[in-house]
Parts: sequence; structure tokens; C-alpha cells
Amino acid sequence: MTLVEKILAAHCSRKAVCPGELISAGVDVVLANDITAPLAIKEFRRIGVDRVFDPQKVVMVPDHFVPNKDIASAEQAKMMREFAREQGLVYFEVGEMGIEHVILPEKGLVLPGDVVIGADSHTCTYGALGAFATGMGSTDVASAMATGEIWMRVPPTIKFVYHGQVSKWVSGKDLILYTIGDIGVDGAIYSAMEFTGEAVEGLSMDSRFTMANMAVEAGGKAGIFRVDDRTIDYVKPRASRPYSVYEPDEDASYSRIIEYDASQIEPQVAFPHLPSNTKPISQVGDIEIDQVVIGSCTNGRIEDLTIAAEVLRGKHINRRVRCIIIPGSRDVYLEALRRGLIETFIESGAVVSTPTCGPCLGGHMGVLAAGERCVSTTNRNFVGRMGSPESEVYLANPAVAAASAVLGKISSPEEVAHK
Amino acid sequence: MKIQGKVHKYGADVNTDVIIPARYLNMYEPDELARHCMEDIDSDFINRVKPGDIIVADTNFGCGSSREHAPLAIKAAGVGCVIAKSFARIFYRNALNIGLPILECMEAVDKTDAGDLLEVELSTGDIINTTRGLNFKAEPFPDFMLELIESGGLIEYTRRKLAASHRD
Repeated sequence: MTLVEKILAAHCSRKAVCPGELISAGVDVVLANDITAPLAIKEFRRIGVDRVFDPQKVVMVPDHFVPNKDIASAEQAKMMREFAREQGLVYFEVGEMGIEHVILPEKGLVLPGDVVIGADSHTCTYGALGAFATGMGSTDVASAMATGEIWMRVPPTIKFVYHGQVSKWVSGKDLILYTIGDIGVDGAIYSAMEFTGEAVEGLSMDSRFTMANMAVEAGGKAGIFRVDDRTIDYVKPRASRPYSVYEPDEDASYSRIIEYDASQIEPQVAFPHLPSNTKPISQVGDIEIDQVVIGSCTNGRIEDLTIAAEVLRGKHINRRVRCIIIPGSRDVYLEALRRGLIETFIESGAVVSTPTCGPCLGGHMGVLAAGERCVSTTNRNFVGRMGSPESEVYLANPAVAAASAVLGKISSPEEVAHK
Repeated sequence: MKIQGKVHKYGADVNTDVIIPARYLNMYEPDELARHCMEDIDSDFINRVKPGDIIVADTNFGCGSSREHAPLAIKAAGVGCVIAKSFARIFYRNALNIGLPILECMEAVDKTDAGDLLEVELSTGDIINTTRGLNFKAEPFPDFMLELIESGGLIEYTRRKLAASHRD
């Protein structure tokens, strides 16, 4: 069995499962946010049960439109807050909160071997911890909140092997963008993506979260990594309950095995309007920009901010660019303060915001006007994703985003370093 | 369960951000969402769509976010069903969970144009293009799924089942 098959088998009390089988799996964590929780709560009420199956396993995080961007968003956040209080759920208020997929691992709420379902497509982020995590809709989450179980089809697993070591300025973001560029936005549809090889073994946990996060951008049901020493170092000080480490069998059956030479992969930029529309930075050409966003569940962690600061230190944001930097959680924000990164950002002319998903989905804190172009470390560049349907979003890693902010056009960090 | 209507045709990778842009996710009532359905790729859709009309699209329909608001908006706009070459997996679950029928059929997508009239019988998977006199076949829904769709979605279906088992 593959890693995913082992986790799923353990969650439906079976010795083995195989791809294509329908199972009903127990869930360790059920998640919703201020956009998806209201619908889930409405459906939960209609089921006719009074209490969630286990309040310690249901997590609600206001992060998309908070601090409330308008009255309607305030009503949704209020509805979620009141439900969380009534049911005694795990809940993070503004001030303590962060972007859901940054704080759940940070607080030790998701652990290796877990099955997690979340009413947010980027729930797949937790695969970096060796957990099976997948996004679903509000009705599925309502049903799982009531029963603690969810039906699903066991997905086939595609194994990705990244040979060699990545070059400077190349991160997990570039490996995953390169992969999506290769297989397409439905290249892993209905499948689990298992990320392996020397190059990913050398990646930090933050970079692994970035890769697992974007599995859904290739249509994947989950993105997953094997647990190694680096995972355990991350998890151990955070875990307050036991967890299980699963290993794929040597004779595990994969639907495909795709191999890349990571040493040949440059920083990638995904052009409008699909994450698969990628080019290496050396082939981007002259593209002037109006805005840069560094943050999100994809790239809002401390490593991301550290790299951005390395590029921005002693430089000034180009006069025609707004650069918006958003730490992914309170802990990331505090650590960035301690390391002096926030000072670097503000001195360079960037804006620093409290944690929020905000601009990534065109919510607030940096919505684009018609004709504007943005380089963003987020995960989607669909038509209208960050604002006007006539705006453009280019996806990149934090180093490229920071360099682009300095030079006013999409740029390699090398160009800033040599300036 | 029979559906008849005019075709609104789209390409590949129709994502949830264009089905219902996030700027409208500060509300969740289906009728409110429907007013903005498909706004960013087809601003006139909501004026043209009639009850029972059918969306026909290429591969990976509904890719992107997990927002259930997307199938809710389509259903409340009056769309009777969506036919595509393939669906993104979260959208697939969400559509059935809220009682919006969706069918996969490569041939029907290739041989159908915007404005054609289609008749779809969910229990058999038959798709008839009455404008062109063509017949296609999709995988029929099993009985429980037809019942789920007729109930209006998973929650209502579950409620009815529970109520029936309490009566027994």
C-alpha cells in the first residue's frame, strides 16, 4: 500500500484498501472558515442533531474576510463565532488567529497519520506532515461535524521524484509550479500526489507546506510527504496527543511515477490565468507590475518572510509598486518582529498587514483595479481572482516577488543582488 | 427525472472564481449568489438563462476553491444540469450534495453548440440534442443518487431516510 492507502485503511479499521474503493473514514480534524462555516452551520442545523461529534476535533478559523471587511462579512464571522462558542469548538479569534493552514500545524492540531477534511480547498497543505488532508464543501463538513465520519473514494497515488538539489532562490513553490506546469491543472485529478526524492528531503517544513498546499491546483485530492527527522522535529514540541507514522510499502502500487531533475529547475512564474501557465524566470521578459503580495497559506511562513527580507534589505520598493506583506499567523508575525524582518519591510516601503487571506481571493487588503498587474506568492491566478476581471495575477516565490517589487517588473532576485 | 433546456457552452477549467467571484462570498443565500453566477466570464449569462437550461463545458469544470456557493449559484440560477468532459473533484461532491445533477459525456460536449436544445434523462443517462437530432449516452445515476437529487441534496435525503427508518 502507498502512504495514503495505509492512512485511509487505518481510519476505516481495515487491513488494506485499494484505489477506487468507497470507504467511510473516521476523521481526526474537521475544519471550516468564515466563508464556508456559515453554510456548513446552516446544513448542520438541518440534520437535526444538537452537538458536534467531538468539539475538540472541530476547528473554526476566521481568516478570509477578517478583520471584517464589511457588514455582510461581519455577520458571517459572528455566526461562526457564536456557533463555535455554543459548541465549545477549537476557535481562534482575531488577534490570536492566522491563516487556517498556517496555524493548524503550528498549534499541533494536525499530526502525522491524521485524516483531515476541511471546507477549504487548501486543506491539502497538511500532507506536509504525513497526514491525509483534503478539501470538501460545506455540506460534507456539516455531515462530518455531526458524525465524525466521511465517505470517500480511495484515490490512486501518483509518485513524484525530485532528483538532485535545488539551486539558490529555488523553493518548494518553484518545484510545485514546475510540476503543475508539466502535468496541467487537472494532471492529478482525483489522485493523491506523493512528493519524494533527494530534493524534497532537503526542503524545510515551510517549503513542504507550500508544495502540499498547491496539490489541489493540479486537481489533486491530497499532496503528501513521508515523515522524516525534519517532520518529527517540527511536530514533537507541538503535539499534545499521540500520532502514527506510516511508511509506504516497498512494493506499493502507483498509478504513475514522474521524475524531475530539480537542479535544472529555475524559479517559476505562472502567467495569467492558470497556475499551469508557467515559465522559468529567465524567459519572462519585460513585464511591468503595479502590486506585489507576499503571504497566504501558500507562502506566509517565516522562511518566506526571511527570504523576502533578504532581497529587500537596504533596497526601496519601486515608486510605481504597492508591496503588501502579510505574515500567515501571530507566531510568524512575532518571529518576524524578533528577527527584524518587519522593520526591513517597512523601511523598504512595504505595507505589513495583520494575518488574513484578504487579497489572495480578492477580498480586501489589496484588491486590483482593471488593467493592473500583481506578482503574488499566492496559489491561484484565475480571471478576477484578486479583483477586477480585467486584472492580471502572476504567481511566484517570495524571492521573485520581492525582487519584482524593487525593480517594478517581474525580476529574478539575482538582478536585485547585482544592482 | 427529465431535464430540457437550451445550452450555454464554455471551455476547459471553468473555475469557481468565475462561477461565483469571492467578492460575493460575504453572502450565502442561493438566490443572492445566483444574481452573480458566471459574472466574470459571461456577464450576460444571468439575463439569458431560463429554468431548465443546461451548461455544457470542456474538462475540469469547477476547479479551484471548495466553495459550495458555486453549485448553489448555478442551481439557483435555474440551470437543470451541467454536462462536462470532466469535473474537478470538490465540485463533483458539492454539486451532488446540494442536488445539482452533473454528467460526464465527452461526445455530447464535442457535438453540442451554444443555443442547441437538449433533453436529458437522468435515470438512463440519455442525452438527446433535439436541434441536431443526435443521441449521446452518459453513465446513468444509481437509484439512491436520483433520490438524493430529487430530495434537493444530501441533508434533505438523510433527513427523509432517518424519518422513514423511525416510522418502521
